[in-house]
Amino acid sequence: MHIAMTYTRLRAEERLLLDAFEAMDIRITPIDLRTIVFDPAEIGEWAAYDAVLDRSVSLTATRTAVALLEGYGVRCINPLHAIETCSDKLATTIALIRAGVPTPGVRVATNAESGLTAVERIGYPAVLKPTVGSWGRLVARVNDRDAAEAVLEHRETLGSVQQGVIYVQEHIDKPGRDIRVFVVGAEPIAAIARSSPHWVTNTARGATASGLEIGPELRRLSIDAAAAVGADIVAIDFLECPRRGLLVNELNHSMEFRNSIDTTGVNIPGIVARHVAALAEGVAA
Amino acid sequence: MSQTTTTAAVQSACPECDASVSFSRAPLNGQVTRCSDCRAELEVTSVSPLTLELAPEVEEDWGE
Repeated sequence: MHIAMTYTRLRAEERLLLDAFEAMDIRITPIDLRTIVFDPAEIGEWAAYDAVLDRSVSLTATRTAVALLEGYGVRCINPLHAIETCSDKLATTIALIRAGVPTPGVRVATNAESGLTAVERIGYPAVLKPTVGSWGRLVARVNDRDAAEAVLEHRETLGSVQQGVIYVQEHIDKPGRDIRVFVVGAEPIAAIARSSPHWVTNTARGATASGLEIGPELRRLSIDAAAAVGADIVAIDFLECPRRGLLVNELNHSMEFRNSIDTTGVNIPGIVARHVAALAEGVAA
Repeated sequence: MSQTTTTAAVQSACPECDASVSFSRAPLNGQVTRCSDCRAELEVTSVSPLTLELAPEVEEDWGE
């Protein structure tokens, strides 16, 4: 068996994954996507691999490479449709609603004027998010109409075309933390709580993580959410709503886990490597 | 840029502060590390010869 791992930056996660494959005597070749030129008509060297695990930190590189590789018929982890769904918050919302998975209320508009109406329909405080983005970047909580008008005007004037999509989410008054569940092959393997005095509870923004037991409801919703987006390997972020209970906030198709191994006591890279190998062998769906 | 290769470690100079940055295992292209002296985030841009550059800032489409 021969697996390729594509990347654009070799971070701790990628190094841990390489070590995990090697520990299982699985042949793994790291490939820096920045060095590759693809011919869409010729599979070339990619024919040597039974599967490709994509770990690029660049969404553009991921989408480009996985689209081409799936065009050749190469099994990619995650599949392109899962990447497209997870990386776009609106696509995620649509997939979760269609699957009946509870998620915060959202309104969507396509310009600043209707965006303000969308905010007012959600009610204050509301959360404005770019549909594509990670690590809590450019996520804004607006507490009143003045703040909403300011953020919308800045987005319209300074933002990229993508930020023309006004995605407004209801603010969930969570208990100072959110929950992340790591799912590998439809199995929730570990969970952490991310706590912060700031309303953005993202470890990239300074939140601290602690291990969390996966209860029956968290387990069921994690399995349902992963299935809703068609992901093989995914990290799912939950908010605890005082009224509605657990809500799926977003899903991450290229999960970071370096700080969750010791926290949870779970060998996350080892489980990921084993599942990728099973998919490559065709013994896992 | 200085480079030393031994069986135990590979090292090069930090492009920011010139301190020695060492790797206990053979580094890979694109590998990210941090200078223990100045804390600058560095990226391996070549493994032969070993070359370190300041890692780029977070870009708009980066994430998980």
